[in-house]
Amino acid sequence: MARPITPLLWLLFSVGGTVAALLFPVHLFLNGLALPLGWLPAPGYASLRALVEHPLARLYLFVLISLPLFHWAHRFRYTLYDGLQLKHLTALIAVLCYGAALVGSALAAYTLWSIS
Amino acid sequence: MPPTVTTVTLDVARYRPEQESEPTVQSYEVPFRKDWVVLDALNYVKDQLDGSLSFRWSCRMGVCGSCGMTVNGQPRLTCAAFLSAEPSGPIRVEPLRYFPVVRDLVVDITDFMRKLKKVKPWIVRNEEKPLAEGEYRQTPDQLDAYKQFSMCINCLLCYSACPIYGLEPSFIGPAAIALAQRYNMDSRDEGARERLQILSEHDGMWQCTFVGECTKACPKHVDPAGAIQQYKLTSAAHWFKTLLPWGMK
Repeated sequence: MARPITPLLWLLFSVGGTVAALLFPVHLFLNGLALPLGWLPAPGYASLRALVEHPLARLYLFVLISLPLFHWAHRFRYTLYDGLQLKHLTALIAVLCYGAALVGSALAAYTLWSIS
Repeated sequence: MPPTVTTVTLDVARYRPEQESEPTVQSYEVPFRKDWVVLDALNYVKDQLDGSLSFRWSCRMGVCGSCGMTVNGQPRLTCAAFLSAEPSGPIRVEPLRYFPVVRDLVVDITDFMRKLKKVKPWIVRNEEKPLAEGEYRQTPDQLDAYKQFSMCINCLLCYSACPIYGLEPSFIGPAAIALAQRYNMDSRDEGARERLQILSEHDGMWQCTFVGECTKACPKHVDPAGAIQQYKLTSAAHWFKTLLPWGMK
């Protein structure tokens, strides 16, 4: 049997990839093009802040940040493992990659939580 | 005026274990004909130029899966690789990658045969019903569920295209997983749990990192990469169920 955590890591990778593929383009378009170029009226700081204070908006942002981090961790782990042939460092690479995703998620949670 | 006979050079990998310790390359000039595939050119070499060249082939029509080779660096069925479709210049013909070479273009596929058998690529029944009760019937929809995966001809182009198989020879590989899925999705089959056990092992589906080259290489549009991802989802769902207190163990 593969390590019991394997299916969980793969699910995080898979869901993270879906989230990134579906939602990132929307945010890139809105925040990177449409708002700065004035194609859409900018919502203004106060209204954006009010939006982010809503628990559902915070949860959405957490999902948007955290899951793609796990997607990255899994992909980067195998890039190092297979691409650079670092087989002997398997455990260290896994800890660093998923650890970075965990730390990033924790930071995102803390930041989102501390907005009041 | 007689038509000008143009020719093309085949750079063919040779390996004759009794006379050389490393593979070498031998060049042959063969007629360039629009309707010829690489296999025709190899047969021309065998019949007219050099009878010692060894390669496998049988049906010449993409059904038997025995003429897979590396043509200009890509895993191809040589019976479907037209000379006219290759870029100009010599055409390089080598054995399938990642398999031990027996002789010239012939590779040893024992590893695959062993792996294929492991996934039980046949209909598994808990209990066979008596012959008198007739055949196991299936609707067209039930047939469609697995038909795509049943098109596999075991040509091994997907193994030769898979970088993971190259790095981890123990990986059970694309075709074996796609064929496991072919039987899992068959309404007559009851062996899905046995196969899941086998494919959840360390050398099973989780080794795949979804490079996707297997699907690109497949001459029968089986989509092994899709089968593997589908299977991972099934396995992950099964894993979740085992965590639930009322879930299956």
